[in-house]
Amino acid sequence: MSSAPRSTEEHRRAALRATALLALVLLVLPLAAQWLGPAWVRTLAFAALYVMLALGLNIVVGFAGLLDLGYIAFYAVGAYTYALLASPHLTENFPSISQAFPGGLHVPIWASIPLGAAIAAGFGVLLGAPVLKLRGDYLAIVTLGFGEIVRIFLNNLNEPINLTNGPQGITLIDPVRIGQLRFDHTISVLGLQLTSLQLYYYLFTALAVLCVLVCVRLQNSRIGRAWMAIREDEIAAKAMGINVRNIKLLAFGLGATFGGVSGSMFAAFQGFVSPESFSLMESVIVLSMIVLGGLGHIPGVILGAVMLSVFPEFLRYSVGPLQTQLFGRTVVDTEVLRMLLYGVALVVIMLYRPKGLWPAPQHGVAPRSTPPSAARSQADA
Amino acid sequence: MGSSLDTFFQQVFNGLVLGSLYALIALGYTMVYGIVNLINFAHGDVLMVGALTAFSAITLTQALAPGIPGWALMLMGMLAAIPVCVLLSLLIERVAYRPLRNAPRLAPLITAIGVSILLQTLAMLIWGRNYLTFPQLLSSEPIAIGPATATVTKLLVIVLSAIIMVALLLLVQYTRLGRAMRATAENARVAALMGVNPNGVIAATFAIGAALAAIAGVMYASLYSVAHFYMGFIPGLKAFTAAVLGGIGNIPGAMLGGVLLGLIEALGAGYIDQISNGVFGSNYQDVFAFIVLCAVLILRPSGLLGERVADRS
Repeated sequence: MSSAPRSTEEHRRAALRATALLALVLLVLPLAAQWLGPAWVRTLAFAALYVMLALGLNIVVGFAGLLDLGYIAFYAVGAYTYALLASPHLTENFPSISQAFPGGLHVPIWASIPLGAAIAAGFGVLLGAPVLKLRGDYLAIVTLGFGEIVRIFLNNLNEPINLTNGPQGITLIDPVRIGQLRFDHTISVLGLQLTSLQLYYYLFTALAVLCVLVCVRLQNSRIGRAWMAIREDEIAAKAMGINVRNIKLLAFGLGATFGGVSGSMFAAFQGFVSPESFSLMESVIVLSMIVLGGLGHIPGVILGAVMLSVFPEFLRYSVGPLQTQLFGRTVVDTEVLRMLLYGVALVVIMLYRPKGLWPAPQHGVAPRSTPPSAARSQADA
Repeated sequence: MGSSLDTFFQQVFNGLVLGSLYALIALGYTMVYGIVNLINFAHGDVLMVGALTAFSAITLTQALAPGIPGWALMLMGMLAAIPVCVLLSLLIERVAYRPLRNAPRLAPLITAIGVSILLQTLAMLIWGRNYLTFPQLLSSEPIAIGPATATVTKLLVIVLSAIIMVALLLLVQYTRLGRAMRATAENARVAALMGVNPNGVIAATFAIGAALAAIAGVMYASLYSVAHFYMGFIPGLKAFTAAVLGGIGNIPGAMLGGVLLGLIEALGAGYIDQISNGVFGSNYQDVFAFIVLCAVLILRPSGLLGERVADRS
């Protein structure tokens, strides 16, 4: 390594090399994971899904500083929109719809994903509009309440008109179809046999990469800077001419859009949605991912999402048999262990490393550790 | 067939019962918020721990000494739950909240959520994930209060809550600790200059709130005959709504807000069928509290009796 500072050209080439390497790893990963077992490919697919969710919540909490505890509601809206558009539920329950669509309702993904995203964005603005002047704690509670309201409605809207099929959820949701290829079969691509799980992994990873690109562009745009200004000091931002109301609504709406897209993909992947998948715990899980990784820092958020979606699975395969060996039975259920992990992550990170594991580099300050009791009131970008 | 006025009175009575519980829990939220500007997310889970501790104590005693009367068991359950909840709350305050007193606003909030998750996990580990049937300790014979029917448990909830609330008001108004609490809530630094130990006062606030939550938890479990690890979440959320409704940081406000929310919920759940022509049933009961919360925060964020929060300047 030369001791002279690297030129821009060298930086660019290094970045290009790193990106190529990363792309290669991402492409090969499911093939390697398949060898370990198809469950691992499923874990990877969910990791990509959680990356998208985390990026979306990062816009609201990390960039704009608005603590949203009901984020999972947008995920639910996206999932149910896709489910209603691509399953026999509506045609079975509403004769007018089954007459209009005699072949069944099978909206293709290039229409249902944007629709899911748009409706979720609508809900985001709906949530954002009344809460614009609420400060941190109250905002958190109201968004939590909003998330719960959505869940309660999803759970109960099966009478008098059966929109959501209540606690039973909607089943028989179409898988993703690109042209004639259905993603629930094994497809042969370039001589390789790709299983359904692997196909979904590639789709989700591609979408996640797209989300990352969008987030990076947003972060470095006027909008992104406006969000960070609001996060740091709302009054100063207003004094600088930022339209705080619109920018906040934009944050809610865009965050919700990411949630909606992820939700649609989740519905297609799982083939089944029910209100149980959209509880407060899920919101907290996504929150703990971005808190653990680094609030407001995109690589950190991705790290947090990957860690907290892969590690519990890893625990399940190691701790489970370990307990049976040591104690003869399962002392601690892995579900409980998973919850414990999220709780510990939140508390420990906030106490000892409040900026997360991979925080954004501070501008113009030499790196040093900040003890939590002396944490300044300035959070940093 | 009773008249519709009878139904009204019944719902009002139910609302008072519910409201008394909410008021007890809301007091914990409001006192803590008034002093340290923190929503103690874990407060509902402290209630849950209290209920489950009482459950264990009562079932254990019932197994060892079967002849003890119901009211004694309930008293014993409460006396077992209170110290556990107080110690737990003090521990949480010391370990999770105190280091973050001066941290940016988001940090204690996120920590509180984490603590809430940890408490639920703890409860799952100790008591399992199933719904436990809380034993019926007091007689469930219906007692007629005017046109409404009540049980001993429901009457106990109202009476006990009233006594506790009066006692708390007296404590806050006329004792040294109460003066210290009010002073610290107004301006912690100046109170410290006057010789008040802020850490001690804050710890005492958490302890009192936890004791109230323990009692509320035992009564909640008795009312609904069920206890499980997730039971604290919804009552906690509704009690916070009640605290905001009455004016956060305001102790009489929390009492008023609790009772009012209970009434709104009971009357709403009772009449929603008629109002919405059958579209929405009483399974939307929980939504009322959230609607009230949103309405209060949008229309009158300082609450009915005005908020009293610490001067942070």
